[in-house]
Amino acid sequence: MTDTKLDWPADVHKVLRDEGITEVAMVPDAGHSRLIELCEGDNDISLVTMTTEEEGIHMLSGVYLGGAKGVMLLQSSGVGNIMNSLAMPNTCRIPILMIVTMRGEWGEFNSWQVPMGQGTPGCLEAMGVRVLRVDQAEEIAPAVKAASRLAFDGQQMVAVLISQKVLGFKDFRELAR
Amino acid sequence: MSGGLHRRDLVKELVKGRDKNTLMLSGLGSPCWDLNNAGDVPENFYIWGAMGGAAMIGYGVARAQPDKRVIVLTGDGEMLMGMGAFASIANFPVRNLAIVVLDNGRFGETGGQKTHTSTGVTDLAGIAKASGIATTATITQESEIAKLKELAFKTPGPVVAVAKVQYEKLKFVLPANSGGYLKDRFRNAILGVDRAQM
Repeated sequence: MTDTKLDWPADVHKVLRDEGITEVAMVPDAGHSRLIELCEGDNDISLVTMTTEEEGIHMLSGVYLGGAKGVMLLQSSGVGNIMNSLAMPNTCRIPILMIVTMRGEWGEFNSWQVPMGQGTPGCLEAMGVRVLRVDQAEEIAPAVKAASRLAFDGQQMVAVLISQKVLGFKDFRELAR
Repeated sequence: MSGGLHRRDLVKELVKGRDKNTLMLSGLGSPCWDLNNAGDVPENFYIWGAMGGAAMIGYGVARAQPDKRVIVLTGDGEMLMGMGAFASIANFPVRNLAIVVLDNGRFGETGGQKTHTSTGVTDLAGIAKASGIATTATITQESEIAKLKELAFKTPGPVVAVAKVQYEKLKFVLPANSGGYLKDRFRNAILGVDRAQM
């Protein structure tokens, strides 16, 4: 996890509340764990675990059709799973907000994470998603707020990509000891 | 295995049970033509693509509109592609959602290739039940259509009802396909224009 003193998940949680987001769809990631705990403890927010990430994009498409707002929490490997699910929000101009924790790009120890991590921005952009990259903890909450406005006011699909620089990278040799 | 029911007649009969508080979403392909054929209303949303997603899209609507009854009409091909939805919905259940699978055992839009339900090896209602869906059923004959209506409209959800229908080559009855139009029409109908457009 991050070595910064800044509690960015608390700031993001506050942004989600302020923006009127009530549905959180997620496939968990270590980098999202504190934000997930904060959402779990919030009676105004419903957290739904998915078996795979495309379920989340489908659910959020329906949530918006029904008049509510949601966010998807996922990691970069999961971005590979959502491509065709973005067809509906793309062609229907349904706002989609995603917060993606990145792997495979900054000191990654697991080579299997590299292909999708490196491919994440390109895949998202190919499907019409606006990508906001952040690599400083203090930038995350403002980026989520800007992304939420761009999504729900600007009727866009928007992903905030949180760099491994913020999340910290694992050393697998340490973990194996 | 596919059964003897005729999908167009079945969907026509099903929609007789709807009112303004019924929202219906149809998965890509034949379910869209069936639903449009049975009567186009703004409370219909035709999902023309995003295969595998119909159940979860309907689930999202049901979460946002807990006082409406949400009925998803989909096919076996699509449902087989998104079976994880059964587990997700079962673990975070809503009472206002029914998923009706029109199971003809075929990929109808692509040449009628057999799906995994075609020989009875794979049982979608069984998968839904084992995933924890509260109420599941398989309907195979006309005498059970009243039961299907009860499941779709009244039974506390989540419900998964599989209707075994014939494999038939039917005329496409195409609804509007502009996603923007369908989205705005649906939201305007259930939220009112002022709220939908903010």
